[in-house]
Amino acid sequence: MIEFSKLTLNEMEKLYKKKRLAAIILILLVLIPIFIYAQKAQMQQREERLGTSDWRVVLQQSIIDSQNRLQSSGIPEEWRNQLTIMIDQQQYYLDHDINPNSPGAPTFVREFLNEGIAMFIPLLVMIIAIDLVSGERSEGTIKILLTRPIKRWKILLSKYVTLLLSVSLIILLVLTLSYLLAGLFFHFDGLKIPVATGFTIENGALVTDSIKLVPQWQYILMSAGLAWFIGVVTGTISFMVSVLVRNTSIGMGIMFAALITGAILKGFASAWAGAKYIFSVNLDLTDYLSGNLPMVEGLTLDFSILILAAWGIAALFISFLVFTRQDMFS
Amino acid sequence: MEPVLKVEHLTKTVKGKRLVDDVSFSVQPGEIFGFLGPNGAGKTTTIRMLVGLIKPSGGTIILGGHNVQTSFKKAMRQVGSIVENPELYGYLTGWENLRQFSRMLGGITEERIEETVKQVKLDKRIHEKVKTYSLGMKQRLGIAQALLGDPKLLILDEPTNGLDPSGIRELRTFVRNLVEEKQISVFISSHLLSEIQLMCDRVAIINKGHMVTVAEVSELIGPSSDRIEWRATPLNEAYALLERMEEVHGASIKKDRILCTIAPSNVSRCIRMLIENGIEIHSVHEKPLTLEELFMDLTKEEQA
Repeated sequence: MIEFSKLTLNEMEKLYKKKRLAAIILILLVLIPIFIYAQKAQMQQREERLGTSDWRVVLQQSIIDSQNRLQSSGIPEEWRNQLTIMIDQQQYYLDHDINPNSPGAPTFVREFLNEGIAMFIPLLVMIIAIDLVSGERSEGTIKILLTRPIKRWKILLSKYVTLLLSVSLIILLVLTLSYLLAGLFFHFDGLKIPVATGFTIENGALVTDSIKLVPQWQYILMSAGLAWFIGVVTGTISFMVSVLVRNTSIGMGIMFAALITGAILKGFASAWAGAKYIFSVNLDLTDYLSGNLPMVEGLTLDFSILILAAWGIAALFISFLVFTRQDMFS
Repeated sequence: MEPVLKVEHLTKTVKGKRLVDDVSFSVQPGEIFGFLGPNGAGKTTTIRMLVGLIKPSGGTIILGGHNVQTSFKKAMRQVGSIVENPELYGYLTGWENLRQFSRMLGGITEERIEETVKQVKLDKRIHEKVKTYSLGMKQRLGIAQALLGDPKLLILDEPTNGLDPSGIRELRTFVRNLVEEKQISVFISSHLLSEIQLMCDRVAIINKGHMVTVAEVSELIGPSSDRIEWRATPLNEAYALLERMEEVHGASIKKDRILCTIAPSNVSRCIRMLIENGIEIHSVHEKPLTLEELFMDLTKEEQA
């Protein structure tokens, strides 16, 4: 156990000295302000469209409209449910004097996770995962690593644990940096704003029966958990590529191709049901929370998590199988 | 005494090709063992099997009494190695590199690292990044890395590759001192025959994957040390005279010289005979067979 923690310490030291973590922080520090600026531009546009009238009046009017529609008979049950939820949400904004069009840091974090989960977070994880093994091979340092009195599977496991720690660190960095930067730019309020979730699909239609409101901080925690899971799965697959492909840039290319293919195939998934078994089609896990559900038979949160877990476990298995038997000729 | 390294019937087949074919030898404690062969003879494949980088297709490797395949951990504790170039982490300092390896060995104190650093004379620049090191310094750090765990056997694969003459001399004295002071065994591979000749006690010669011979260096060169080189005019007449003499063996003309084997006690008689026959002699001197020539002789049949 002491030996294993020392191995992991070694891997963390190499990662740190290679400035991989610094690169990730730098990317976040450049990208988050760009997103913040985009958000602000969108906000201004929305305000212009709504005119200069007070947002409280607009909100009040909207609530009254919805209540009137609720009281009228003959509207379907599910609409009723959705309207109630909308009224609850809007009432919360009014009661707490929050402008729904002026998001604070928590709203930004939630949206950032929502947008970043399928591409941005896997990309950050790849920066670390893709050369954990292939880097040692192309540098030739694999020889001194594997001629120590330590079994190969332990060396690989210490690298994998390092990957898991790094994914956790990346999610933490994304959360804190986006929260701090957005908070400095907008404001820090809004952790308790109610956010709707719990959408499901039945017979190809969005079902809102089970919809419920959760405080935004809770929603962010759920999204962060899903983002962590995505990070671990895409990291594990990159890790396998790193074991199989000696050349780091080719490995990066393979992973990019896989991610982009997934994003494109998602559009075809309603026609070709088989696409849902590809891991990169299932990366937008936060969509299941926000209700932006894919109209594909059988594509649910549970299904996606299951598919991703299966891919991750297979990748991990292959990594260990190959690495422990491989002849290191050069 | 139990050998430090015992290799028996070692074989490696890749895609039907026998890269290493039934190689056996052993290295005794306190011995410098040379492993000689041209490039592509299977030296590096053999060495990679010794240190567990490549899995043998057949045969056994016993390091300090432990089988590399079945008790890898114990076997690897006995050995320090540099396989091909001393590739270390360039983005870490020399010290950080050694600390990495000490963590993997376990039970290595900071004092031990310091001691090893002094031993290879790197103490002045040990806290600088390895990517700023010269090849000679990297080589020394590589040796420090190999010595860190106090091994019984040091494996050096082509250690003089890319070193300048003074670096090579330095390495030679370092290895000699190491063997004298610490009584460890050293296994050195090389395609440079002169290197092996200068450094090693015994040598194994390998070509195209199989062993040509294993012998003491002095034993291989010894009987041929009675070789005499002549410069004389007229050359052909001198050659004809020498060839006819009973005491002379294996005479041959090489460019403007005659090479032959004569027992030292008979040399003056030969000289007298040549002078009596009106041959002018410019020089007579002992020319021991080099390992290089020997190697050519040993592998001639295969190359033809």
